[in-house]
Amino acid sequence: MSLLEIRNVSKIYGELKALDNINLKVEDGEWLAIMGPSGSGKSTMMNIIGCMDKPSMGEVLLDGKDISKESEKNLTSIRRDKIGLIFQQFHLVSYMSAVENVMLSQYYHSMPDEKEALEALERVGLKERAKHLPSQLSGGEQQRVCVARALINHPEIILADEPTGNLDEANENIVIDIFRQLHKEGTTLIVVTHDPEVGEVAERMIRLEHGRIISDVKNENFRG
Amino acid sequence: MFFFRMIKGAYIRQWKKMLIIAVTIALGASIATAMLNVMLDVGDKINQELKAYGANITVVSKSASVLNNLYEIEDDGSVEVDEMIKENDVGKLKTIFWAFNITDFAPTVETSVTVGGEKHKVVGTWFNHTLKLVTGETVITGVTNLRSWWEIKSGRWIDEQASENLDVAMIGKSFAEKQNLKVGDKIDVSGRVVDGETKTVSLKVVGIFEAGDESDDGIYAPLEKVQYLSGTENYVQKIEVSALTTPDNELALKAAKDVNSLSIAEYELWYCTAYVSSICYQIQEAIPYTVASAFRQIAESEGDILDKTQLLMTLITIMSMIGAALGISNLVTSSVMERSGEIGLMKAVGAKNSQIIILILTEIFITAIIGAVGGYFMGFGFAQIIGHTVFGSSIEMNGMVAFIVAVIILAVTLVGSFPAIRLMLRLRPSEVLHGR
Repeated sequence: MSLLEIRNVSKIYGELKALDNINLKVEDGEWLAIMGPSGSGKSTMMNIIGCMDKPSMGEVLLDGKDISKESEKNLTSIRRDKIGLIFQQFHLVSYMSAVENVMLSQYYHSMPDEKEALEALERVGLKERAKHLPSQLSGGEQQRVCVARALINHPEIILADEPTGNLDEANENIVIDIFRQLHKEGTTLIVVTHDPEVGEVAERMIRLEHGRIISDVKNENFRG
Repeated sequence: MFFFRMIKGAYIRQWKKMLIIAVTIALGASIATAMLNVMLDVGDKINQELKAYGANITVVSKSASVLNNLYEIEDDGSVEVDEMIKENDVGKLKTIFWAFNITDFAPTVETSVTVGGEKHKVVGTWFNHTLKLVTGETVITGVTNLRSWWEIKSGRWIDEQASENLDVAMIGKSFAEKQNLKVGDKIDVSGRVVDGETKTVSLKVVGIFEAGDESDDGIYAPLEKVQYLSGTENYVQKIEVSALTTPDNELALKAAKDVNSLSIAEYELWYCTAYVSSICYQIQEAIPYTVASAFRQIAESEGDILDKTQLLMTLITIMSMIGAALGISNLVTSSVMERSGEIGLMKAVGAKNSQIIILILTEIFITAIIGAVGGYFMGFGFAQIIGHTVFGSSIEMNGMVAFIVAVIILAVTLVGSFPAIRLMLRLRPSEVLHGR
């Protein structure tokens, strides 16, 4: 059984088909890159996989359970327990320090634990910057805090939307290295990106255009 | 606790917005506090204000009252002692339950006299008379306080405290003009004929007053002089009483119609409240052969003024609260819109709607408490300004007001936060985090 299975999923906004009859399986521990130009349906797909939106048609099976018809309340609960989110714009709470931003995710999941949050920051190399506010961190550092926040509750899937979109090359490499490390540890990664360099480091890459999957390829040069 | 770390962080980062919300609430609370304090105290204040317009109770003997009521007798100036009140009983006014509410009183005797061959009325009364009570206390009372609106055109009030000769009089302005009298002149006043002898006194004019009523045509002299002129020594015709009263309500009106119609509980409440009718009732208990009656128009106008003043203040309070609710609504809604990314993120990482509402409402209510406490004391200051400006005295702090203001602010804050809560519930993380 696949960790995630999308069956005949469409998302329609008025007359616009953002996703058009998508079928996709993601295995446990897989590193998938979803690529495509702007307006291809990447973010819509991420929202549906991330339980932040529901498809207009089709089924989304997570751990074999169809979540496409779940209530908003249940989707919140599934998102909290199974998915770690990373955003292009970081979305850190401006008045909370790095460690508090990580603890925020713990707080809404179970119970905040500063020691554990500091360990998560240590994994992304930011333990020394734990007490800094987002405004005192560089873009790369902020994104690493986001990664730590996504990791802290040990989700089944890490879902990253353009994780390197706002980063310079050096920071992009740091984030990709963290992903590599997570993949090695068996974490399932789904990375939405339009950047070929980021897509090409993934184990598998699908390409979207006009809401359809036009290619689904395994990366022959995947370094693992 | 992480929850309070989040609240503290929000305050540190958003202190300007929170300050504006606190100030908005403080302004609303201050107006509510001022209006409510004044409203609850205004009865006494209006009462004191109306007291300046003289007596509000008159006491006459029962027989005089019956005759006047039955035959609507025109007062011809003749007086009979069997229709009068014993002067010694006047002090009993200060023995009733509401004695301290009786602020001034003056017994009067009015009789017809001849001055320069013309008939005139002379009123004998106390001016600033020292009265020894049965309790051993002494009070100084009389028309000097009771007729505080009299304007002394020349001369002065008769001073019973000074050891002056009491062959003195105060005359009204019209009388002085007609008789061409001035301060220092003497008037020969002839009264009743007793045993073939006309009682006559010579009174020195010490003051000319303008009252703006029929008193301007009369003569006011010390009580004992007029008692002598009318042959009614040790008796008084009428007692004018100024009492601080509670404005009439339905219970007071019911009691005024028929005390016997009251239940025991109503009777006790009425008897122990300073309604003008219960004070009259107690005066009649103290001096059983008298009838004490209220100047109804004063009691009624007092009630009318009070009702209108309280309605006005209630409207001001309601309007200020609506203003505060709108202010809070705008500020909290704009705060939520500014923080939509943060709220969307919280939802994205698994926060329930209820958890976010509790977080935002806690921030707002802490702000509201700070604003309300500040506003309460500000409002009490405003109440004092209103008290001193309008009534010339301070407004008492009423504990009930704090409770009412707290409830009002709670309700206004909740109502004001409602649009923001709706907005929060509608926020979808996919929309605010991805802009779709």
